Formats: sequence, structure tokens, C-alpha cells
Amino acid sequence: MNAKLADRIATAVIYAISGLIVCVLLGLLGYIVIRGIGHISFHFLTAEPETIKAGGGIGPQLFNSVFLLFLTMVITIPIGLGAGIYMSEYAKPGRITDGIRLIVEVLSSFPSIVVGLFGLLVIVNVFGLGFSLLSGALALAVFNLPLMVRLTEQAVRGVPREQKEASLALGLSRWKTIVSVMLPIAMPNIVTGTILAAGRVFGEAAALLFTAGMSSPRLDFTDWNPLSPFSPLNPMRPAETLAVHIWKINSEGLAPDASQIAAGASAVLILMVLLFNLGARWIGRLLYRKFTATK
Amino acid sequence: MEVSGRSSFKPHIVEEWVGKVYTILCVFVLVVTIAAMVYFVASRGLSTFITNGVSLAGLLSGLKWDPDGDPALFGALPFIFGSFATSLLAAAIAAPLGCCAAVFMTQILPGVGKKFMQPVIELLAGIPSVVFGFVGLSIVVPVLRAVFPGQGIGIAAGAIVLSIMILPTITTIAADALASLPFGLREGSFALGATRWQTIWRIVIPTALPSLLTGVVLGMSRAFGEALAVQMVIGNAPHIPRSLFESASTLTSVITLDMGNTIMGSAHNNALWSLALILLLMTFVFVFVVRMLERRSVR
Repeated sequence: MNAKLADRIATAVIYAISGLIVCVLLGLLGYIVIRGIGHISFHFLTAEPETIKAGGGIGPQLFNSVFLLFLTMVITIPIGLGAGIYMSEYAKPGRITDGIRLIVEVLSSFPSIVVGLFGLLVIVNVFGLGFSLLSGALALAVFNLPLMVRLTEQAVRGVPREQKEASLALGLSRWKTIVSVMLPIAMPNIVTGTILAAGRVFGEAAALLFTAGMSSPRLDFTDWNPLSPFSPLNPMRPAETLAVHIWKINSEGLAPDASQIAAGASAVLILMVLLFNLGARWIGRLLYRKFTATK
Repeated sequence: MEVSGRSSFKPHIVEEWVGKVYTILCVFVLVVTIAAMVYFVASRGLSTFITNGVSLAGLLSGLKWDPDGDPALFGALPFIFGSFATSLLAAAIAAPLGCCAAVFMTQILPGVGKKFMQPVIELLAGIPSVVFGFVGLSIVVPVLRAVFPGQGIGIAAGAIVLSIMILPTITTIAADALASLPFGLREGSFALGATRWQTIWRIVIPTALPSLLTGVVLGMSRAFGEALAVQMVIGNAPHIPRSLFESASTLTSVITLDMGNTIMGSAHNNALWSLALILLLMTFVFVFVVRMLERRSVR
């Protein structure tokens, strides 16, 4: 075949396939949002779910998802930052560092269901935390930690060497240099990455089936005492998240409008993830401008 | 001079120690976590063989899964087959698509690729797996049911859903690999009079091949461990299907469905932990393969 003709055909095929991928994504997003948006209302977002009647909402699930995300981040951010800083600043190249890097890699490729089972065995049963928000947050922390470590390490490594050396030359200790010179410079990247990681945690379900549980008690949104069993803030109560709820009603939903609820809840989930995505970009740009004083 | 030197000396050292100890503790948490995971999953998973007397060969090659029968049968081959079939098929669908998208983004229209394709791929990566399952149930399964014989649920439906899920992984890694090729490579080929396609097909892709394969293996590893999206569309029948459109099961789907209904410590429960142990070991295999490929691409 003529080389020029082959070139043209191949280019056309690649254009077509790339176009197809974009169409699939836009179709997917469009389908989920358009099918679900008609079902989203203030009532749907705040009402309790119904098991056998129509007209249930997703209020507690939505609250649980956000609260669980918050708890997970409170656990993972300090540990992930610390380990990431160690990997980029303190670790000397060698066997031990290679070993830790391998551990992070393996940890990040564990299937989330295995993390969930580990949570069921160790956190729920051995530690005796039961099906609870705290168990779920700890399991999600296992899932989220390797991500945090990797992105912190990359962000800190990305800081220009001159900045670090100037600070050390002024007589600041290594730790002081890291905290007050390098971290602020790395911050825009860390924050962007953290928000993106949060988006992933928000949609995670398999690890939560066996740790946070598949049910939610009747919540009393006027009771803000974290120790009361019906308080939304109690971290020791079982909590079904939005993603788990979607799985449950698709697998065993009994309500007559189960498919509409699934569509509505999926749309809410997608919109939240989009929000995280756009928010991450926006905040990242904002922080970058603030820390580097450029436009 | 000496006094002020000494007074600033001490907090300096303390600060340094605090930082070092804190970061080492954080790393220690990671090490303990992974050690605990391997230990606990293995101790549960191995008790199927030790306390319940199931043979390893019986579990790996047995065709019948009947944990409540008398005698109880624990043949996990249908699940192992289902997991491999869905993830291999998903990788076979997603690999060419992802590589095409990567070539488009880096070789053909880099500007459009960076501005338009990249956000699209990132968005696709952010869609939660339960949403993929829901879309699979409401689009893929009905379409398959209408076009092919059978119920529409099965390995084909699982593989299609998984292929869209792993497409971003493959595309991102492939695009990074293609973008980081040495600058002179393409220019040299063009200077010899090669067309763009000849350059891509004969020079660019062979050079980046180990990295492209890394992406495919990582995608497969993700597909292998994915639980809920597959469980929703595969049908969950414990046998080896005769066609792609017949109900089947994977390791993850059977764990998802049965773990909540068994009593901790029973033979059925232990057998499920053995399946989890297989998943864990497969993770190690995938990481090992990726490491091998990476070593090749560095050379």
C-alpha cells in the first residue's frame, strides 16, 4: 500500500476512535445527569429513604458520605503528609527506601474489597468498633493513604532545589526548612491532589460494605451531641453512604421507584465528583497565584 | 557569642528530632498496615486448608461450589475463570482504544489533546464504580439482551463495563510514556522521509512498548479487583458459562454477595477468605509484572 494512503487511513482511524471515546464519556455523563436530574428535588436530597414505599430520599446517605469523607481526611492527611515528606526528604536511597516504595505501590493496588474485608476482620471485630463511621473511615484511610503519600512526595520533590538550599544556608534546621519553606511551595499541588483523592473516596463503596455497614439508623438532625446514638455526629453509629445506597437499591431494592432513586442518586454522586474536580483545579490555581505572587 | 550559640543550638536539635521521629512514625503506620493485612487475610484464608481439610488443588480446580451441601464442595475454578475472563477481555477492548487516544493526544494533535482530551480522560477516571454498575445495568445489559441470545448479563457485560473503567488508566500511562520519548526520535524518522504513521507504528510505539504494557497491566489489575460494578452486571451464577452472554461469577462478586451471610469461622466463611487470599496474591503478581516492565523501559 502507498505509504501516504496508509498514513491518511491511520490518521482517520485514530481521529475516529478518539472522537468515539469523547462521545462515550459525554454520552455517559449526559445520560446519568439527564436521567437523574428530574428526580432531584429538595425533598429527595433531605428525606429519609423508604424501603418498600415510593418517594424515599437520600438525606442521611448524603450526610454520611460527607461526614465519612471528613473523618477519612482527618486521619489520612497528617499521616500521608508525614510519610510523603519522609520519602522525599529523609529517606536515603537504598534497600529500605525501595522497600517502602514497594509497600506504597502494593498498598495502592490492593482491591478495595480486600481492604474492606481486612477492615471487617481487624477494625470491626478485633478492635470491636462494630459497623460504624469510624471503622469505615479507617478502612478508607488504608485505601487513601498510598495516594496521599505519593502525591505529597511528588509535590515536595517538585520544589526548586535553590529554595531549599537557601533556607538551609541561612541556618534553619531541616525540619524548619521543610515546614516553613518547602511545604508552602508544594501546597498548591498537595491541595489539588488531596481534593481529587477526596473525590475518589466519596465514590468508594466496596470497602465500606463490611465496615461502615449497609444501614443507617433514623437520624435526629436536631441532636448534635456526638455521644447520643441517634445523633448524626456520632462516629460510632453504622452509616450507609450514597455509593453503597446506589449499589444496594440496584441489587436488592424493593421500593417501586427504585430505578428512579438509583438514577437520582447516581446523578448526585456524579455532580459531586464533578464539583470536586472543578474545585480542585480552581483552588489549585488560586493557591498557586497566592504563593508565587504571579498572575 | 557562646551563650547565644548554645541556646539556639538546643531547640534546633529538638526540632530536627521531632520532625524525623514524626515522619518515621508515619511510614511505620504504612508498614504495620500492610503487614497486618497480609497476616490476617492469610491466616483466615489458610484455615480452609488447615482446619476444614479442603485441599488446595480441590479449591483451585474444583468445578462445583456448594458450600451448604453435604458434603460441602468448595471448587473455586468458575470464579477464577470468571475473574480472568472479564479482566482479560476488558484489557483487550481498552488497550487499543487507550493507545489510540494516547497517540492522538501526544503525536497528532498535542494542543487539542492537552486542552480537551485530558480533562475528558480525568473525568472518566473520577466516575465511581457503582455508577458504572448502574449504567451497565440500564444500558449495556438491555442492549446485549436485544442483540444477542440470552439475558444480557454475563462476562461480556462485565468486560464492557470494566473496559470503560480502565480506559483512563491505560490512556494516562500511555500518553505519559509517549510524551516523554526523546525529542530526536521522531525528527530523525521524519528526516529520513517516513510518514507520520510509519514513524508512529515503526518507531514510536515499539520504543514505548514496555510502558504501554505497564498501563495495560495496571488496568487489568484494577479490573481484576473491581467488585461492585461487575457484581451488578455479571449475574452471579456459580458455574463456568458456555457463552459470553450467560450468567457467570468472579472472585470479587462472590465475596461481595456471600460474606455478609456467613458466620465468621465457618467453613463457608473461611473459603471466602481463601478467595480473598487469591485476590491478594494476584495483586502481588500484578505489581511484580509492572516492576519487571518498568525495569525494561528504563534500560
